[in-house]
Amino acid sequence: MNKICKYVLGIATLIFITNCGNNSNTNNSGAMASSKAEKVYVAPGEHDEYYAFFSGGYSGNITVAGLPSGRMLKEIPVFSQFPTSGYGYSEETKPMLNTSFGFVPWDDSHHPDISQTNGELDGRWIFINGNNTPRIARISLETFETEEIIELPNSAGNHASSFITENTEYIVAGTRFAVPNPQRDMPINEMKGEFKGPLSFVSIAENGRMNLDFQLNMPGFNYDLAHPGRDKSHGWFFFTSYNTEEANTLMEVNASQNDKDYVAAVNWQKIAEYVKNGGGKKVDATYAHNVYDHKTHMATSTMKEGVTMVDPREVEDAVFYIPIPKSPHGCDVDPTGQYIVGSGKLSTDLSVYSFDKMITAIENKDFVDESYGIPVLSYENTLAGVVKQPGLGPLHTEFDDKGNAYTTFFISSEVVKWSLETFEVLDRAPTFYSVGHLMIPGGNSRKPFGKYLVAMNKITKDRYLPTGPELEHSAQLYDISGDKMELLYDFPTHGEPHYAAGIRADIIKEKSKKYYELSENEHPYAAKSEAEAKVTRNGNEVHVSMTTIRSHFAPDNIEGVKVGDKVYFHITNLEQDFDVPHGFSIIGANTSEILVMPGQTKTIVWEPKKEGVWPFYCTDFCSALHQEMQGYVRVSGRNSNTPLKYTLDE
Amino acid sequence: MKSASIVMIIGSALLLGLFVFPLWSIKLEAPQYPSGIGMYINLDGLEGIEKHDLQNIDGLNHYIGMRTLPKPEDMWEFSVFPKVVGGMAILGILIGLIGLFKNISPKWFLGWLILMCILGILGMYDFNAWLVDYGTNLDPKAIMKMTDADGNPLSYKPPLLGTRHILNFVAHSYPHTGAYMMGFGMFLTFVAYLIGNKKMKSLKT
Repeated sequence: MNKICKYVLGIATLIFITNCGNNSNTNNSGAMASSKAEKVYVAPGEHDEYYAFFSGGYSGNITVAGLPSGRMLKEIPVFSQFPTSGYGYSEETKPMLNTSFGFVPWDDSHHPDISQTNGELDGRWIFINGNNTPRIARISLETFETEEIIELPNSAGNHASSFITENTEYIVAGTRFAVPNPQRDMPINEMKGEFKGPLSFVSIAENGRMNLDFQLNMPGFNYDLAHPGRDKSHGWFFFTSYNTEEANTLMEVNASQNDKDYVAAVNWQKIAEYVKNGGGKKVDATYAHNVYDHKTHMATSTMKEGVTMVDPREVEDAVFYIPIPKSPHGCDVDPTGQYIVGSGKLSTDLSVYSFDKMITAIENKDFVDESYGIPVLSYENTLAGVVKQPGLGPLHTEFDDKGNAYTTFFISSEVVKWSLETFEVLDRAPTFYSVGHLMIPGGNSRKPFGKYLVAMNKITKDRYLPTGPELEHSAQLYDISGDKMELLYDFPTHGEPHYAAGIRADIIKEKSKKYYELSENEHPYAAKSEAEAKVTRNGNEVHVSMTTIRSHFAPDNIEGVKVGDKVYFHITNLEQDFDVPHGFSIIGANTSEILVMPGQTKTIVWEPKKEGVWPFYCTDFCSALHQEMQGYVRVSGRNSNTPLKYTLDE
Repeated sequence: MKSASIVMIIGSALLLGLFVFPLWSIKLEAPQYPSGIGMYINLDGLEGIEKHDLQNIDGLNHYIGMRTLPKPEDMWEFSVFPKVVGGMAILGILIGLIGLFKNISPKWFLGWLILMCILGILGMYDFNAWLVDYGTNLDPKAIMKMTDADGNPLSYKPPLLGTRHILNFVAHSYPHTGAYMMGFGMFLTFVAYLIGNKKMKSLKT
């Protein structure tokens, strides 16, 4: 009887839910629709309320959008060559993509994170990780340009990155593909116990400089995502891991056998102290550290040697494992720092751990097991509670400023809002389709701006006009200011955003740079006025220091270049006004154009292969006379005696 | 006589404001310059409202063949005007000081004001002549040669005072803080004359 009652109630609920869905569908075309439109409408000339920085996934870059409009504002090149600006093509920026493997012009960018002070977003920099050839990049939020990239040695698949501690002390990098450490030639199927999963801790200096402080040589599981402690749990870092089976083939099956994997809880403050006092072992490592200088407008790549490797067993009470339902993705810390939400993506429940309970368990040495010498805490005794049956395939959680959590469910394709007080589900909203991460501006910090939620979806299908087999990924914007989430808007993003970071626009927009001061330009080949423009020959290298100003180059006629020369065009933009770039390209150049910002100098190389008179021109529609902004280079035979000559208006 | 002299001193001292604040400002507005572009005319030279405005105005002007904006050394006015204004301020203060200690006729105050007015008018005349020359004496190789409805070459002269449309720009030309201080100072010297005059009359009766 009881059972029948339950079924009837269940069916009634289903009908109710279906009806609700129908109701909201009819509302969409009625008066409600117009109010939603108003919520995302940013009138011509008005600014968005938030910046959103979307990772580009396999684009290797970051795209910047405004919220709530979803308008794309910029693509910032980070790990990938970008012909639009010449990033990674210009002589000045090529070193940014240097690694210990040589020039790597692409990466898979995953998790952007904005710098913090006291756990609040401060808008100085945004960091992002490269997953494929492990790297972390720092991007200035004054210039919106990549200023620094550091490579992580001994690591493979830097996925659990680039998350920042609450005073931007450290940024972490993980190892998603356990590998021999140090790398060596060995049979793959002997990986068990032999492979390692080093976690890198990169310190951040006041001026933003990154330094690989130490690596924690963890057992060879796959470290997936991470989150620093906040507020009361500041000083700790939490990492999810999968493949505690240590399988090396058909991973989808063989890495899904254990009922539970681990969250690694790392007291980084303790380990940093240990390293500071001479702990750890200096081991061989070679990695690139690339820094861009806004005075010289040039990047330099330095190959660094050696890293401090820390054995997690050698630092007392610093590293622990906590069991988590199998194959977890996110482990996300709420704004108070008390709760750590583990998303076991193959489980139907969400495990919420208590920081206080974890500390008590550690103090009581309440260990249930040991894994490669690392104590394993009890699942039950660290648990604050379980969110029961919230959906299928939990992936990632962020928080609002009212004590609620929002978790994405990939398989059931929805966002679920639940209470951090009662662990009860409060609301659910469908996503279109198969949501990965979500982002609430400030939602991973101590102070979330709980107004909007953006869901980043993995599957687009029919959401927009079809564009052939390949589609951009879809994002959805929800208003979360009320009790119920309200889907406002749907917009395509570029590449595959794995995650995004959002910040109130007023925190950064006033300090956004408008142009570079020409007087501060320290590029060795800068011509800071037309009088300084010149062409010099050094063997078969020809250096052209050329200027641009609306609407001409100086010089614009060059003679005496020969077949087989290597011609460096160093272009200095003399403009000192907002939004007046000039471009430069020349016929047959085996590289991209360069787009030169006011006050900046950029260089491309041209190797003329044929005699003749070859044109160059400005690629940016700079002015009414843009079309006339052009010039010629006369190329003579290899052994000719044509004298070097450069002129303007002669 | 004392109060009149103090007013005279204050009035003529206000001229010194021109050494700190601009005399005039010319602002240009166009759709692609949402925050405007413009310059201050100081006693000793031109200055951009934003750091690089002079260079950017020159950049715009070269399309229509206007000369680049003058540097301080290009125009005698920028070295003479500070001397004239400074000299007049000192003269006015001196007259006031003398008035403080000795009985002098308030006509001295009026005399100073008349001289200042004459110099001011001459200055304005000179300024206007420069604007005319600058706005009409164009490079024969100018990129754009614009003509008015009658086929005459267009003048790009900014207004001496007021607002005028020039191609895609709206130019606003108005006195600035320094000029207002000078104007108020000159008014005060007239007040000084009136007070002095009244005192003289009451003394006589």
